[in-house]
Amino acid sequence: MNLMEKLEILTESAKYDVACTSSGSSRSGQPGGMGNTVSMGICHSFASDGRCISLLKVLMTNGCVYDCAYCVNRKSNPTRRAAFTPQEIADITMQFYRRNYIEGLFLSSGIMRNPDYTTEQLIAALELLRNDYKFGGYIHVKAIPGADDALLSRLGLLADRMSVNIELPSQGSLEKLAPDKSKQSILQPMGLIKERINENRYDVVKYNHAPRFAPAGQSTQMIVGATPDTDQRIITLTEGLYKKYGLKRVFFSAYTPVVEHSLLPALDTKPPLLREHRLYQADWLLRFYGFQASELLDEKAPNFNPLLDPKCSWAVNHREQFPVEINRAPYEMLLRVPGIGVRSAQRIVKARRAGSLDFQALKKLGVVLKRAQFFITCRGRMLEGLKVGEHTLLRSLMSGPELAQFQGPQVEQLSLFDDAELSPLPAAAALPAAALETAITAEGAAFDV
Amino acid sequence: MFKTADLAYTYDGSFEGMLCCVFESYTWKETPLAIHSDTAEVGLLLESKWIETDPAKAERVLSSIPKRISPQAEELVRLGFYSNTPDKELLLLQFLQLGFAHGRKVMNMLADDTVNALNKAVQLVRREGHHYLGFLRFSVYGPVMAAVIEPQHYILPVIQDHFCDRFHGESFMIYDKTHRAALIHEPGREAIVTLEEWTPPEPDEDEEHYRRLWSSFYDAIGIKQRRNDRLRSSLMPKKYWKHLPEMKEGTSAKTGRLTPGKAVAKLEGGED
Ligand code: SF4
Repeated sequence: MNLMEKLEILTESAKYDVACTSSGSSRSGQPGGMGNTVSMGICHSFASDGRCISLLKVLMTNGCVYDCAYCVNRKSNPTRRAAFTPQEIADITMQFYRRNYIEGLFLSSGIMRNPDYTTEQLIAALELLRNDYKFGGYIHVKAIPGADDALLSRLGLLADRMSVNIELPSQGSLEKLAPDKSKQSILQPMGLIKERINENRYDVVKYNHAPRFAPAGQSTQMIVGATPDTDQRIITLTEGLYKKYGLKRVFFSAYTPVVEHSLLPALDTKPPLLREHRLYQADWLLRFYGFQASELLDEKAPNFNPLLDPKCSWAVNHREQFPVEINRAPYEMLLRVPGIGVRSAQRIVKARRAGSLDFQALKKLGVVLKRAQFFITCRGRMLEGLKVGEHTLLRSLMSGPELAQFQGPQVEQLSLFDDAELSPLPAAAALPAAALETAITAEGAAFDV
Repeated sequence: MFKTADLAYTYDGSFEGMLCCVFESYTWKETPLAIHSDTAEVGLLLESKWIETDPAKAERVLSSIPKRISPQAEELVRLGFYSNTPDKELLLLQFLQLGFAHGRKVMNMLADDTVNALNKAVQLVRREGHHYLGFLRFSVYGPVMAAVIEPQHYILPVIQDHFCDRFHGESFMIYDKTHRAALIHEPGREAIVTLEEWTPPEPDEDEEHYRRLWSSFYDAIGIKQRRNDRLRSSLMPKKYWKHLPEMKEGTSAKTGRLTPGKAVAKLEGGED
């Protein structure tokens, strides 16, 4: 098998891992080496599905001794297998990096023989890169659950970021679909990585040249839509992971059926992209907007509203906290206004020091007035001529262009969703999720949980 | 305090020259109706005054910016000058007039039309600069590497430090075809020089091999069931495709239609 074929197979089998960020690490070029890292990360291309390509994302091998039901690489799936040698990985990485195709490498692997052996192979590839080629670019490596602590610790000293994928958001789902894994086997390496990162922080302060352990932290991924787990379950787990394990990122991957299995959605099920998108929006609210998971969803409404983003949903349900006065509201409250993002909130705080702001000014600062107008006053006044009927409110908050991104039947369904359906909504209430779900029948499979 | 003078300034197009226009404006307490570089093609409707570039005057203006306004203001002025916004010189002059009048407070006056316009222009320069950190492609010709870019703004100085640090042991050139300038680097030395013409040599077999490998990686990494041409075109605008080997014709999945409409925020990637 030639290198091209190997690369195709080992990319195809790695592509369902969504993480491709190269952020969180900042290191300048070292003498005699090649490469640096940039803390905000850099996208080098965008794939046909619109996802950022930052790293050479490949598997060492797609052969695997495990049999996780949702995975293309499962033992029992008859698919072409290939394996890179550590040398091949190092060479392609260097050649791609030098041409500025990539920020670095994202290396993962199916389980060869056992977790320890697999980890040793990963280490061999990364040692070649770091020690022989003096590669200073970004490396994201998968920690293999079940591998020896000492091996994982060595791996972390070679990488910028490590990740252990949770994949399924509950123990029950794991038992059913990933019989070789358990919650424990996943959380254990996560805990170890967290500990090492903390110890290392201390070492680096103490000894100037202590090697860094995964300076860009750790991340994980959850598959969305393969199991009946609710958004509430996923987002609560996400919050817990940020708090308990100090994760840098939690990624969500809309389940794309790759294998036939009685416990999984049928092969022709569309990946629930809109749902994935809502989860990412909620994740941003947790990380940058000061929201708690419990504010966003509860037992009564355990899933996000497909037509309103999570922040708008929250605002519509908390009308008593609005309107807020732009010239006085604290930063934290500005962040909660629909149509005001982190950047525009920062600009407002800065600009109002130089003088009081009116609606014209807000436009210049990048505030989306169409959404924000219902929730704010400037110098004590609402926007002139504003009609605050329930109808206008919801119309303005639902964003057409955003939903149009998720092409396909959902969008066609939306155009059927006309005024007649909106008007009977009860005053000051959120959109009744059930009614809306029927408007998005194509997404039904994903939402009927 | 400044009267409007019914004339235009003309200068040599250099950063120093622009600063001398500011000096001139302060000398006569006047604001011209326009400031043109002598390379720009403009109608001769206005009487124009030639402003000679004098390094000493330029230095006096430049050094007063961090002192009397703020160091960030100096960066804003430099980046604003790299922008291709029409009338950027006049915009910079008006910004400096505001700045010298209000001091560092001007940096907070984001709702002011001049400050807002300059910030927007600088944002575009920064964005394009950041895009090119990712969308620039080197070809390897034996011991040297070269890349061609066609930016709207003059971003070579914006990306210079990044590439010189990343490839500090390499000899490379980045050719800006739009502005006919090149960043040239060899270990220990770097410079931006003017370069009227440059055509890259034919790639050798090795180079072809890696371009093909990269293209097949690109094709393999996209998930077919999630295909989204509009999202791709909004995150990686078509103007960049010309110099990207993975977007060259002949391979599959390259025919992204450009459909109007704004993309939603990136689903993932890039920012942390
Ligand atoms: S262990 Fe990983 S590669 Fe192997 S079947 Fe499970 S998810 Fe797939």
